[in-house]
Amino acid sequence: MKHVVKILSLLLAVSAFWITLLQAAIVPQSHTWLLPIYFVVSLGCYGLLMVGIGIMQFPTCPQESVLLNHDIAEAKDFLSTNGIDIGSVTVLFNTKA
Amino acid sequence: MAEEKEKNKYSIIIPTYNERLNIALIVYLIFKHLRDVDFEIIVVDDGSPDGTQEIVKQLQDLYGEDRILLRARAKKLGLGTAYIHGLKHATGDFVVIMDADLSHHPKYLPSFIKKQLETNASIVTGTRYVKGGGVHGWNLMRKLTSRGANVLAHTLLWPGVSDLTGSFRLYKKSVLEDVICSCVSKGYVFQMEMIVRATRKGYHIEEVPITFVDRVFGTSKLGGSEIVEYLKGLVYLLLTT
Repeated sequence: MKHVVKILSLLLAVSAFWITLLQAAIVPQSHTWLLPIYFVVSLGCYGLLMVGIGIMQFPTCPQESVLLNHDIAEAKDFLSTNGIDIGSVTVLFNTKA
Repeated sequence: MAEEKEKNKYSIIIPTYNERLNIALIVYLIFKHLRDVDFEIIVVDDGSPDGTQEIVKQLQDLYGEDRILLRARAKKLGLGTAYIHGLKHATGDFVVIMDADLSHHPKYLPSFIKKQLETNASIVTGTRYVKGGGVHGWNLMRKLTSRGANVLAHTLLWPGVSDLTGSFRLYKKSVLEDVICSCVSKGYVFQMEMIVRATRKGYHIEEVPITFVDRVFGTSKLGGSEIVEYLKGLVYLLLTT
């Protein structure tokens, strides 16, 4: 089954449940009418929360550019002693933290 | 486990365009980190004007033509077709795809191989977004767009992986052949399409942490047009996978 079909069926099921709630009037109708809005707002807040948490916990690796520069120096050394001419182009990597 | 490792051959496909310096560095690093592994490097160069192919030929003299294969094309023809082209010449049981610009460091290759042997996964993909992985060289804005894009993609697509746009991956050869046939997107949406289609087809996918050093000195700019392309790609994937 295509993914979009799965999502649409989920939405359909939730809508059916919502309409049933409206008909059955167990919860006051005025509240039930607002449920979709609550749902969308909650989803938006959840998304923003996940983005915020993700940024705070974003893994960084400043030491990697230092290590990489070492590797590049080692590689250039090896290559020049073995006759591979790669010219004098220097590769700049961001070593700022 | 050691015996299995010796019997497996790994084909590393590296598409290049104007990577004269980087291709030599990356070949050296691959040989350094894969000492006891049977592998071949397939360089798919799209007619680089900077002499990339000459450097590759010199590397072939140094390391052997059976270890480094140059399978060039006349001009820039795109990433997806570069992989397909490389695949035709791959003789390994497994295929690794990686970038030539050193944002993907060969030192992680052993961990990809180990993970695959441990779990018998069909695909092992590198992820920058978990503990042990990471990115260097991104400012706050870039991290924000990356994280926002990731959350959006996860909400819409429910993929099986944490890093959708990453392109440092190890595939079983038959799996790559199967997945790549059904992918039509370009650029990084192509990488997303590959992993999402693989998830939909039920392939066993594992992840290993990798570090990613952005090769551009300064900030990596993401313009409005790229964001639009990304959103279009997401909708396309939502509707067709």
